[in-house]
Amino acid sequence: MLAKMMGYFLLGLVRVLTGAQARWHGCPPKAEQRIYFANHQSHADLVMIWAALPRELRHVTRAIAARDYWTKSPFKKWLTSAVFNVIYVSRDRTSDEDPLEPLIEALHNGDSIILFPEGTRGHLGEPQAFKAGLYNLALKFPQAVLVPAWINNVQHVLPKGEVVPVPVLCSVTFGAPMHLEPGEDRRAFLDRARGAVIALRDV
Amino acid sequence: MYFYLKNLPASSQVGALFILVFGLLLIASVTSFAFSIKEFSDEERAEQRRNNLQSINGILRTSWLMVVVFWLGWMTGNRVALTLFGLVSFFSLREFLTLSPTRRGDHRSLVLVFFAVLPFQYWLVYAEHFDMFAVFIPVFVFLALPVVSALANDPLHFLERNAKLQWGIMVCIYGMSHVPALLMLHFPGYDHRNAFMVFFLVMVVQVCMVTQHLSGRWLRSKAVAPAISSSFNWPSWWIGISVASVFGAALAGITPWVPGTAFAFSFIACLAGSFGHFVMKALKRDRGIPSWGAQGRSVTGAGGLLDRVDALCFAAPVFFHSARWYFDL
Repeated sequence: MLAKMMGYFLLGLVRVLTGAQARWHGCPPKAEQRIYFANHQSHADLVMIWAALPRELRHVTRAIAARDYWTKSPFKKWLTSAVFNVIYVSRDRTSDEDPLEPLIEALHNGDSIILFPEGTRGHLGEPQAFKAGLYNLALKFPQAVLVPAWINNVQHVLPKGEVVPVPVLCSVTFGAPMHLEPGEDRRAFLDRARGAVIALRDV
Repeated sequence: MYFYLKNLPASSQVGALFILVFGLLLIASVTSFAFSIKEFSDEERAEQRRNNLQSINGILRTSWLMVVVFWLGWMTGNRVALTLFGLVSFFSLREFLTLSPTRRGDHRSLVLVFFAVLPFQYWLVYAEHFDMFAVFIPVFVFLALPVVSALANDPLHFLERNAKLQWGIMVCIYGMSHVPALLMLHFPGYDHRNAFMVFFLVMVVQVCMVTQHLSGRWLRSKAVAPAISSSFNWPSWWIGISVASVFGAALAGITPWVPGTAFAFSFIACLAGSFGHFVMKALKRDRGIPSWGAQGRSVTGAGGLLDRVDALCFAAPVFFHSARWYFDL
């Protein structure tokens, strides 16, 4: 109940501050299993893409969040698990387990996921090189549709180190789905995926 | 008829006015809908008609929205009306600043503008501190904001960034807040009818803009400054202003003025409004965009609210302060 209220509150807040507009260029919002992958510039990206999705899809689409950051305080943990229902991944590679394990489990359950393949927040205009996770998932789940997304302007809402957000219009642009070509090299695929995300900046 | 209306109590007059306006809007909307289902054999003409209808529908939608806002404001009292105008300020400033990108160093100033300056300015209107309300932004805020920005330790494009911020505040907060401020003016012998003044100003400016837009389409005269606006030309500008001023004179019955005075004040408001709209076009050209909204196609997702209210933002302060000075209120 509290989580639901918080969800509505955040949704309202994001809409007032940013407009949270979704622009579907290349594919309609559709209830099929998808892997959305987007650029990452701010913590607000997570909320932004969540708010931009239609309500029906929001429930079956889970974002990926770094375990070390988002479980640091009880509030952050509650927010990410109860409100956003995110999938935690560990960034440190000390353990032997596959860091993609929780994602694979979610995809097996039929959920769609939101991935930030840069792994960390970028500071420059262009996203950094993508990490291999996207490739591995695409290889393992060929039926999941890969949808690139460009999140625009969010870094202006809440720059690093600030606490009060300012209102700036933001949008999420979803592009045409892409596929892993048979026998495509890992690096080539990741570069192609990154290119697809960057290309959405100017449509 | 005229005297019958003149002698009605104020609230019935306002009510009658709203019935009239809602009726007119309904007729306009139905007409536009009827045109939209008409078929054309010629594909090119159909396309042109579609584009025309789209821009007219945009204007109609804004008019509906404005009238509903006024109606709500009138029904629920000044406080709600002020809040609604405050929201319009908020959203149009959001649009303005999105398209004039700021840097990280401006973050604190922006927080201040949105969450302190804007509410305080509207509170000043509500509390009827008119002297303070007129100088609060130009004197106090324009001194405080550069200080906050400078403290952020980022000299790059400092003047430019501050100028953009100040422009945004001037147009979206200062200008807009003068519209509901009309609700608070006390004209002698004109109690409880101030909603009419807001209505008068908005109607006159809106009529000016629509007439100018339509006559510009119809006349196709040479543009004055084609690099800034392909549609702004003197003949249609004159037509817009004169039609709106005559319209304002015809509305004199709902103002505290005689037709001559109403004509003069409409003229002043339209002068400021139409030139203000033109200036905002120059700003948009500078940013390389055709409109603040671009019908949801722009990457910012802006709704194009500022396109609709910019004329009003320029007209309101000029109208308000000339009226206040002239009648010594």
